[in-house]
Amino acid sequence: MSKLIIEERNVVVPGEKLATGMEYLPGNGTFREGEEIYSCQLGLVNVSGRFIKVIPLTGKYGPREGDIVIGKISDVSFGMWLVDVGCAYSACLNVREVPEFIDKGADLSNYYDFNEVIIAQVIKVVRSKDINLTLKGQGLRKIKGGKIIEVTSSKVPRIIGKQGSMISMIKEHTKCNIVVGQNGKIWIKGESVEDEIKATEVILKIEHESHTHGLTDAIKKALEEGI
Amino acid sequence: MVYSKREDGRKFDELREISAKVGVIKRADGSAMFQIGDTIAIVAAYGPRELHPKFLQNPERAVLRCNYDMASFSVTERKKPGPSRRSVEISLVTEKALASVIDLELFPNTVIDVFIQIIQANAGTRCAGISAAAMALAHAGIPMRDMVAAVSVGKVGDKIVIDLDKHEEDFEEGATDIPVALTARNKEITLLQLDGEVTKDELMQAIKLARKGCEEIHNVQTQALKEVYREDKDG
Repeated sequence: MSKLIIEERNVVVPGEKLATGMEYLPGNGTFREGEEIYSCQLGLVNVSGRFIKVIPLTGKYGPREGDIVIGKISDVSFGMWLVDVGCAYSACLNVREVPEFIDKGADLSNYYDFNEVIIAQVIKVVRSKDINLTLKGQGLRKIKGGKIIEVTSSKVPRIIGKQGSMISMIKEHTKCNIVVGQNGKIWIKGESVEDEIKATEVILKIEHESHTHGLTDAIKKALEEGI
Repeated sequence: MVYSKREDGRKFDELREISAKVGVIKRADGSAMFQIGDTIAIVAAYGPRELHPKFLQNPERAVLRCNYDMASFSVTERKKPGPSRRSVEISLVTEKALASVIDLELFPNTVIDVFIQIIQANAGTRCAGISAAAMALAHAGIPMRDMVAAVSVGKVGDKIVIDLDKHEEDFEEGATDIPVALTARNKEITLLQLDGEVTKDELMQAIKLARKGCEEIHNVQTQALKEVYREDKDG
């Protein structure tokens, strides 16, 4: 007999039994041992049909193809840049993946130098190790000025909101230009430092209260009262 | 050789008071505090992250690096700061006690760092360190097959007791200290050290006692980890 032992959206710790029986299938963040399914991460349980998965509440960013990320150039080597995107491995940006035309043998640091920050897209991930980035695409570029804040990558969907509702509300109220990377790095650039601070505070508030209900309304209220 | 009553009035199978807290170090990827009696361990976990120098990397799995250290003010007589023969050994056994539950194969060529700092010591520091480290690793979001809890058991005089304090460890007529670490689910032993003399029967009895104690510790660990996200359930 297959049976669920925990409920949807429960917080589980590693090694906690989630279900028994072969009718359920282990998804991300879980594993099967014998007839039983256990969690292997600290997170929220999500059951969809027969699949059980655990959505991590903490931890490093796990890159996926198509993600827009914000990263810092950490190394310039032959024909490519290495970019720190906040996961366990450096991402790789090949010269062929930048919009500029670069001569053979040119000094790559003239284009993108150490510690410069870029908005890039993940084009290929091999077993979460080899991560390839591209700068060819709309909105992908080197960024200057503003500030970067970091949040847990699993909270990014809440910051963006449904169809970007949350983030566009913050942009509207603070008049800041905000880019949210899927890796939890967020670039904020406003006309004044005060605007940037305000946007930062609101985003950190979202991260802190990301699991509560009616968050959009609470943030809207906070934004309006602030002005 | 008769040890009829424990100094602090505990039963022979009773642990000291336990408390645990997760997320005590803000800038670490994961952190935890574990207190048992007067022994307090604080642990910061980082990673998986790139490992340098490169020759230390393992292309098959992540490297787990533990660092156990006692603060100079943690004991009654000032401890000379820095690594010692003892702390290097404890770092190594802690590493082995934890490595078996972590999915190290998922992150080849990387390192997971665990820094254990004992800020107050009254025996059982390596056990407190392991219990705290397991929580810190879970809090860092590192995939683990199980949790690890550790407790010291031993023989004081003629009695088998759990969770010895410093006073009992130094019992004049001889005391045996046996730190045991167990996985939560399968109750597998990941650490077993022994300092002193016991018979086989006494050892088995002590391990049985440790199983019971570890279960209690594991409950505290689980609660502390869930406490961080308490509102999730209400929301």
